[in-house]
Amino acid sequence: MTQKYLLSIYQPDGDAPPPEVLGPIMANLEQLNEEMRAKGAWVFAVGLHPASTATVLKAEDDDVLMTDGPFTEGKEHIGGFTIIQAEDLDEALEWGRRLATVLSPLSIEVRPIAFA
Amino acid sequence: MIEHVFRAEYGRAVSVLTRVLGDLDLAEEAVQDAFTTAAEQWPVKGVPPAPAGWIITTARNRAIDKLRREATGREKRAQVALLQHAPGEEVEDVPDDRLRLIFTCCHPSLALPARVALTLKLLGGLTTAEIARAFLVPETTMAQRIVRAKGKIRAARIPYRVPRDADLPERLKAVLAVVYLIFNEGYLGRPELETEAIRLGRVLAGLMPDEPEVWGLLALMLLVASRREARLRGGELVLLEDQDPRRWDADLVAEGQDVVRRCLRWNRPGPYQIQAAINAVHSDSPTDWHQVVALYDQLLVIMPSPVVALHRAVAVAETQGPEVALREVEALDLDRYHLFHAVRADLLQRLGEDPSAALEAALDLAEHPAERDLLRRRLSLAAADQQDRARDHGQHDHDPHPGGHATG
Repeated sequence: MTQKYLLSIYQPDGDAPPPEVLGPIMANLEQLNEEMRAKGAWVFAVGLHPASTATVLKAEDDDVLMTDGPFTEGKEHIGGFTIIQAEDLDEALEWGRRLATVLSPLSIEVRPIAFA
Repeated sequence: MIEHVFRAEYGRAVSVLTRVLGDLDLAEEAVQDAFTTAAEQWPVKGVPPAPAGWIITTARNRAIDKLRREATGREKRAQVALLQHAPGEEVEDVPDDRLRLIFTCCHPSLALPARVALTLKLLGGLTTAEIARAFLVPETTMAQRIVRAKGKIRAARIPYRVPRDADLPERLKAVLAVVYLIFNEGYLGRPELETEAIRLGRVLAGLMPDEPEVWGLLALMLLVASRREARLRGGELVLLEDQDPRRWDADLVAEGQDVVRRCLRWNRPGPYQIQAAINAVHSDSPTDWHQVVALYDQLLVIMPSPVVALHRAVAVAETQGPEVALREVEALDLDRYHLFHAVRADLLQRLGEDPSAALEAALDLAEHPAERDLLRRRLSLAAADQQDRARDHGQHDHDPHPGGHATG
């Protein structure tokens, strides 16, 4: 039985890097995803639009409050994530390490998925 | 007897049961149950011929009973079935079990305080209250820390296994750091932690006999611990140079020096082995300071830290004099470290200058009561000394270069 993990990518708000920087990074990322697929670790991966495009909803009494912008304040938000399956945390951390290396200097948060 | 078996076997029993049951909490509970039963039965029926095996078997049976009682879901029934059909040898001690447990407790994904707490709890058998007291935190804080760490081990699936060879050096470093941290917490005044760290060190050396750094750490702890009695005199801290070597524990010195010699033959030096060697030199009074400087030079190559350089400077003061040492100390960026100021104070004093300001700075930063007491004593001595000097000095008031000033 394997465990699923969410690998969240935290990135600073603002413009994406110019194409000549982003291009090689995306190519490396695709290569890593390919390797994850080949090893049976890859479950799902997405990239997100900037946090400024987000809307937060919260139900209170009979009303649902709506706020423009992401849930957490701050200068860094989730820019995308990958879901993987692994035998244990060591294996998940190894994939996380690879992802962090490809996306350096962005931080990767590895978190076990309770149910899906 | 039972206390002795508890100290020696608790960690082993928890590690075996963790493998069999696949869960730390279940394992711990079962082992505690077994020791409770032992406390009831042994005084009446006598101690069984193999107490450790008895504890492990009893704990396993307790766990099966408990799981059976509580088995409601399919998963738990499956667990009981698994336990019942487990071949007998499954509950026997596999030498690797304690190693697995140590590497789980010291997993790098856990914060250092959590690693320390888990190691003391699961391998040392200390209670949450004891650990909380030793680290001067409220018991509820320590309990939360342990519960949180165990929850992470379970949910994130921190593996129960010895790391593969490629990861072993880094992971072993993390384990040794935890043991050394426990030892250092015991260094000034909490001997139970010092003892526990040495016990863990011996267990590690038994489990990983081919790792020189494991032996290096053990030797380092033995040699430092050999001076425990001499280091504290009526609660007051006594510095190495003021200690009475007759109060050192000769057995610990001999054992520590013996392990250091074995490490030297390996010729695979590492930070713990070199620090052990330095302490072995100190244990042959009077200290051969040239050898100490040479060892610190070696340590600086593999551990280039200003703290190591500071300790090296203390030895340099003995071989090349306080002036050279002071120059080296003052080049270090250690303003926030109390020993930096304490060493500076000592060197200044030896050069005939007023150490008061440096001692004050050290006192501002020092946290441990015994260290603070020592600094206060030195400060009042320095004040008295300065008064004497002022009196002497009054007579040579016009001399701009009072006696002995080195001009090169």
